[in-house]
Amino acid sequence: MSLIDLANPSRFLALTARALPWLAAATVLAFAIGITEVYFAPDDYQQGATVKIMFIHVPAAWLGVFAWIVMSAAALGTLVWRHPLADVAAKAAAPIGAAFTLMCLVTGSLWGRPMWGTYWVWDARLTSVLVLFLMYLGVIALWRTMDDPAQAARAAAVLTLVGAINIPIIKFSVDWWNTLHQPASVLRLGGSTIHPAILVPLIVMAVAFTLLFVTLHVAAMRNEIMRRRVRTLMMLQAGARMGP
Amino acid sequence: MNLGPHAAFIVTAYIAATAIVAGLIGWIVLDRRRLSRILDDFGAQGISRRSTRADADKW
Repeated sequence: MSLIDLANPSRFLALTARALPWLAAATVLAFAIGITEVYFAPDDYQQGATVKIMFIHVPAAWLGVFAWIVMSAAALGTLVWRHPLADVAAKAAAPIGAAFTLMCLVTGSLWGRPMWGTYWVWDARLTSVLVLFLMYLGVIALWRTMDDPAQAARAAAVLTLVGAINIPIIKFSVDWWNTLHQPASVLRLGGSTIHPAILVPLIVMAVAFTLLFVTLHVAAMRNEIMRRRVRTLMMLQAGARMGP
Repeated sequence: MNLGPHAAFIVTAYIAATAIVAGLIGWIVLDRRRLSRILDDFGAQGISRRSTRADADKW
């Protein structure tokens, strides 16, 4: 079976019906291991126990950005190959990405208050992540403004690719500008600066969050395919009522 | 586990994260139930997609 075969909506539904329970089980298992690791992780020598917020804040930030990268790849599928499953992937990823970005903003704010003395500051990293969240809301709103899914998909794809310029800005904002937010400490040239006792739980939680994203995205894609089938049936019903 | 003087911030962050994930899961599950019910209603009325009889590529 080739990749293009998997891109068939009916085959996608059949395949994911079998894969989804396994994905959900893997997600639960990863979170069980991750939460246990977090429980036993030592306090940071400077930040104390507040470092525990990092185990949800950082994976949420990564997934908030990752979801936009997924949407950008799907946008190329929409604009270049005009494949309807690419539209479905992009539309299904937007609310999930928005939720992870919101989680990043909320947990970051709750981490910032005891460590920085403020819930919010308009520095480049925080502002660029807030822009990402607003772009998610914009894409979701755009999808809802058009009845025709194919037309909405093309408009949303253009907006997504334009918005992708914010991704490197988020990543390098802490290097390009003076920010209250700390510079990269995990994904950086020269390796991580975090002690393994804290890095390992962080990586396990990042894997758990990634599995959660994949599980939710697949489930949301299945819903979106069903929604389009409902739309098709409604049009057939309306056509039958109008007669020949 | 002693969360120190900032325990309220840590606990609130985990509650907020859990609430956001629970909301996301709840929305997806309820959406699926609603769509399944509508598709079942169409099936009961004898309205089916042409694709179920012919081309699996269609929605």
